[in-house]
Amino acid sequence: MTTRYKVTFETALFFLYINRQEGPPPINRQPSLNDFFLPSEYSFTDFFSMTILAFTLIMLLGAFMAGLIGSLSGLGGGIVIIPLLTIGLGVNIHYAVGAALVSVIATSSGSAAAYVREGITNMRLGIFLEIATTTGAVCGALISTIAPGSFIAVLFGLTLIFSSINSLRKKEEQVLEQSSPLARKLKLDGSYPDTNGRPIRYGAKNVLGGFGMMGIAGMMSGLLGIGSGAFKVIAMDNIMRIPFKVSTTTSNFMMGVTAIASTVIYLQKGYVQPGICMPTMIGVLFGSIAGSRILIRSNPKKLRLFFAVIILLLAINMIYHGIAGKI
Amino acid sequence: MEQKNRFSDKTLQTIVGNLLRYGVWLALSVGAIGGTVYLVKHGHESIHYSSFTESDKSIGQLVRETIAGLKEGSGSAIIFLGIILLFLTPALRLVLSFFSFLIEKDYRYVLITLIVMLIIGISISLGYSH
Repeated sequence: MTTRYKVTFETALFFLYINRQEGPPPINRQPSLNDFFLPSEYSFTDFFSMTILAFTLIMLLGAFMAGLIGSLSGLGGGIVIIPLLTIGLGVNIHYAVGAALVSVIATSSGSAAAYVREGITNMRLGIFLEIATTTGAVCGALISTIAPGSFIAVLFGLTLIFSSINSLRKKEEQVLEQSSPLARKLKLDGSYPDTNGRPIRYGAKNVLGGFGMMGIAGMMSGLLGIGSGAFKVIAMDNIMRIPFKVSTTTSNFMMGVTAIASTVIYLQKGYVQPGICMPTMIGVLFGSIAGSRILIRSNPKKLRLFFAVIILLLAINMIYHGIAGKI
Repeated sequence: MEQKNRFSDKTLQTIVGNLLRYGVWLALSVGAIGGTVYLVKHGHESIHYSSFTESDKSIGQLVRETIAGLKEGSGSAIIFLGIILLFLTPALRLVLSFFSFLIEKDYRYVLITLIVMLIIGISISLGYSH
């Protein structure tokens, strides 16, 4: 209800604005970086009453960049798509969340394919933890349908700050020798091939703690339209002591199923707009493919720091817009 | 026994890996075709994405509308078909692992997979009813 009121109010303001000018809105105004970082009365789309063609082309390019940054920073494409759509292009945050989730399904399934075949992904662990993430995702999506857009924007900004700081943390390959009884009972231990193809065996512990954290990860995913890889890796890395390589790939493997649990709700509520989803999922997928190619060739450490700073700025901007009630 | 399980785990990995890969590419190709049709027909219209209109349609209704749209050659219906294919990819992956656990006689994981499918089923009904 709140959202609809705000939007109609803004639309009314916009029409008043056009009428005052007696003609189409000025198009000679150059879009500058300030549009992203300074408060403005209207977003791009209000100024340039954009056609679907122009929107699609901008989105293809923007989503490509989002996929690229998401893959290079290790945070996933969804995290850049939402600020781009909402702040950059003035799209309603509910549509943005729907489009981001659809692109999360595409990228996670695409990249999970390779790791599953190499046998790095622990499918039992993934499916077991999906009980927690899907439950969380359903709750998140249901909260999202009643939550005001500004709340989602602020929460998104905070998650972004948390994730970008977390991406800079040093990751050590750890191997737990002895599994806890519950982990043994659920067969969560496994092995993955090292660089020479020899199997490394590992165990798991704190199953319930990891399960609980996964529930939170799923809720964030359903609420914000992100893969919430950062939360998932914390649950598996820090709590369950799964090796880093296994936890990242298993987290990726789980995202698809987690995202459909919340997207079916969004789909039925009309949050999934074909015109927005199509360029988003294509752009993000190709962007992340390009990103993974770059990662193989270059040192990700400096790149990560660079993108963490960019994402921090995006986060502050999202929080500002949310508090100011502009989203 | 141990050896046999490892073999079927390996087979499952290959099948699931291929399913994920081809599923995504198929979904994306259909989406791109739909996008092209959509742009040819509606490319010049202006967007209306800043305001959000909530709808309330069941999955069945959405599928029926998509089929009807496909018959008319509607671009957005083709994009929707692509999105549905994209959804089916991880869903099918879940069904596959269900049967593979059944073949392995790992009934604990058969149950776990069933619970996950049940939660997705519940979310479909929660998304529609109020």
